This record gives sequence, structure tokens and C-alpha cells, in this order.
Amino acid sequence: MKNKLHDMPIYMDYSATTPVDPRVAKKMIPYITEDFGNPASRSHPYGWAAEKAVENARREIALLVNADPKEIVWTSGATESNNLAIKGASNFYSKKGKHIITLATEHKAVIDAVRECERVGYEATFLEPEPNGLLDIEKFKSTIRPDTVLVSVMLVNNEIGVIQDITAIGNICRENNVIFHVDAAQATGKVKIDLEKLPVDLMSFSAHKTYGPKGVGALYVRRKPRIRIEPQIHGGGHERGMRSGTLAPHQIVGMGEAFRIAREEMDEENNRIKNLQTKLLKGLTEIEETYVNGDLEKRVPHNLNISFNYVEGESLIMAIKDIAVSSGSACTSASLEPSYVLRALGRSDELAHSSIRFSIGRFTTESDVEFTIALLKEKIGKLRELSPLWEMYKDGVDLEKVEWAEH
Amino acid sequence: MAYSDKVLDHYENPRNVGSFDKNDSNVGTGMVGAPACGDVMKLQIKMGSNGIIEDAKFKTYGCGSAIASSSLVTEWLKGKSLDQAAEIKNSAIAEELALPPVKIHCSVLAEDAIKAAVKDLKSKQK
Repeated sequence: MKNKLHDMPIYMDYSATTPVDPRVAKKMIPYITEDFGNPASRSHPYGWAAEKAVENARREIALLVNADPKEIVWTSGATESNNLAIKGASNFYSKKGKHIITLATEHKAVIDAVRECERVGYEATFLEPEPNGLLDIEKFKSTIRPDTVLVSVMLVNNEIGVIQDITAIGNICRENNVIFHVDAAQATGKVKIDLEKLPVDLMSFSAHKTYGPKGVGALYVRRKPRIRIEPQIHGGGHERGMRSGTLAPHQIVGMGEAFRIAREEMDEENNRIKNLQTKLLKGLTEIEETYVNGDLEKRVPHNLNISFNYVEGESLIMAIKDIAVSSGSACTSASLEPSYVLRALGRSDELAHSSIRFSIGRFTTESDVEFTIALLKEKIGKLRELSPLWEMYKDGVDLEKVEWAEH
Repeated sequence: MAYSDKVLDHYENPRNVGSFDKNDSNVGTGMVGAPACGDVMKLQIKMGSNGIIEDAKFKTYGCGSAIASSSLVTEWLKGKSLDQAAEIKNSAIAEELALPPVKIHCSVLAEDAIKAAVKDLKSKQK
């Protein structure tokens, strides 16, 4: 999708955020200007109209994931949902114990929420996944302790797109009476979620990864058996006391419409995107010395994360500025470390530095993919001509054995 | 990251990319940095019979600023004596390319590469 208004690059960063679907935007607008009421106002039609819209949207969220609307709590986004789930549940059930298990490859919103729990006296285990990004179930099982109170594992990874075996992990949690939270921010509209069947207690959702607006999300809180959480934001007792604060009907309506479209169009859309991913993968792996990060089978079709060996990530991002992608390179992040997700898979710093995440979606076209392949082939070639590492590799030098002056 | 026009120019049109035979007694090679840190620079200088650097070439694995820093110094090195070459300071490189503070290390690496190449050449001349 080329942005027509400005001279913008082709958007290939759908895992960062998605454009709001025009159908969603259209549905949101009246709730800013006309039906602007506060859904908590019970005494007049303005409030009633807003409340009705909020409850309709709640039903849409529940329908997408086969849950009861009463199990859906509105939040400001997946970061808040993750914080509410992790801190809220571990605090409520802290009598059972103070041990939390999560993955080293989780989103920072989970990792840092767990770190905060550590700060206030909990103990945490950050499990390293296998080199393909998936959690080894036996390894996970052996980490559970009698005092384990909560496990948090994401459904779809934001950097490498791998899909964890939530059923297997959840069953082990059930057997051990452990609360199970799942961050599904990257999963809605991409993988089928059936909370009637899945052994999951808490699940985080985001609107803006699924063609809804930024600034709104939801947390699923299971009712049978009933899961309790301590609120993290106190106030007017909204959302049955779990999350106070005036609801934002226009945002919520947007999320509801986005999730309705996801439910109705997911199968068809995934087929189309799978074809694009296959094409992109085939084209890019024709380039020598490329490495796909993360399992290719248990993966959403929207994501392709590839390391281009002997090319540095930031210079690559500069070279391919006609497409908007993100990199695992240190230079593109606030910290000076390369992607902690790729490092946790055991990827070398060099390969982590030279990784590009291509994430495609609803508005990606076949010609976008063709353009991307041609661009990468040209620019990787150019940068490798510049690369002393490529020259050494071609001369048969084992780069592992070179003594580098680390700086 | 917004780059200066000069960085972009060197990045888009790098000068003097390539390699000399590192076993040539008139060629000095400096290789600095480490792949794990995201920067490796290889800088080579070729000395003429008059003791003056007649040519320079580079290859760099690194960000745009690292590529630009090494490209720039290959231009500066030509026509200099070894002692003059060793006097090139990273601050001059950083100033010429208007490098932001987080990219100063790229200019430091280029200075190190010059010093390493000069040292290599001097040791060969002995």
C-alpha cells in the first residue's frame, strides 16, 4: 500500500500498527460528534446511546474469541491489559505463592510488568524458547513449582510471528492450579481463538493491531471458573470495578467493528496473505546467506523475519527506505542492544543486527511484495560489495575464528 | 534517524570502495571493529615511491555513518604522508559529516582504522 497523500514508503510494518480500516473509521465518527454521551450516564438518552454502542462492541469482541461479553473488560490497550492481568491476578492470588513464569521473548509490556512484580517481592522465571522460537512444553512443565501463581505466554510473537501451543501450556497450568494469562495482541484476526475450549484465564487484546484505532484494548477475564484480579486503576468503579475511568465509546466502537470485520473476513484474508508470504519468502531466500528467524510452520502468515548475513541492519534500513519495515538492529532501538527476542533464540549478535521484520496485512498487494523482493536483491548486493565481512566469507575466512577488537 | 546531506551523499555514492592486495609491501591494511558490535571497517592505503599515499580503499560493515566516515577518509588520505595521515582526528570527521552524538563512535572507528593502516604499512617498510 503506497500512501497517496504523501510520498511515503510502502507499508510493511503491520505488526507495529495497522491502518484503521475505513469501515471502522466511518463507524467511529458519530460517537465523537453526535452520540458523544458518557456510557455511565444512566439518566438520559445520550448516555443510553453510548452504553448501547459500548455493549454492542463488547459482544463483537466476545464473538471473535468465543467468550461471554461479561468476560470482556475495556482497557487503553494491550500494555494496560497485560499489566492488569499480571499484577492484578498475581496480587489477588499471592497467597498461593509468589512465583511467576514467562518467556524471554515476550513483549516488553509483559516482561516489564513481571519485573515490577519481582521488585515487590515476587520471583520470576524467564524461559528461553527453542531456537525456532517455540516453548518446549516439557521444559515448561519442569519449571512449575508449588508456589507458581501465574504463567504468562503470548499467543503470537510480535517480532517473529510464531504461534505458541497455548492449549498444551494451559492444560499444564490447569493441572497445577496456576493462573494462565495470554497476550493475544498480535493474534486477533490472524489465528482462531476459542476461549470456550482454550484453557486460558486471562487474555489481552489490542485494537490497533487489527485495523482498529490506537488507545483501546480489552482484557478477557474468565468467569467459569471465576478469575479475580485486583484493579490497578481506581476510580468510579467502571467495568465492574476492574478498570475505572470513563469509557471512550468512539474507540470502543472502532475496536468492536474492527473485530467484527476480523471475524467475518479472517479466513479469506489469511489465505490471501499466506500467498503473499510464500511469494515474499521465496523471493528473499533466493538471496544467499539469508536466515529465517522463527518457526515457519507454526507462524502467522503476516510475519516474515529474515536475517541477511554480512549486512548491518541500520545501513540496510537506510538502503530500503522505500519500504517501511522494522529491524532487530541495535541502531534502530533506544537501547544499544540488538533484538532481545532474536538473542533469546540463540541468534548471534551479527545475525540479530542484520534482521528485518516484514509484516504484511490487509492492504498489502502482490506488486508491493514484488517491489520489496527486487529492492532487497539490489540493495543487499550493493551493501555486500561494501562489506569486508562478505569479502572474508567469500574468501573462505571463518569469521568465528577472527579475533575482533570489541569496542 | 535523520542523516546529514553529506552522510547521505557518501552512503549513496561511496568513494573508493574495494580492496588492494594486503600482501603488497606498499599497502597498509587496518581492520577495526567487531561484527558483534555492528561495525567493521577495513581501510587500505597504498604508498607511492615518494612516500606519499597515492590511493586508498575501504570496505565497511556498519551503519550509514560508519560507511560515510570511512568513505570520507579515503578521500582525505590521498596525497598525505603517513605522518600526516596519522594526524587525522575523529573530531574533524565528525564535524565534516555533522555526526550526531550517538554516531561519534563511527568517526572514532575511522580514526582507528587510519592508525592501524599506517602502523601496518610502517611495519612492512622496516
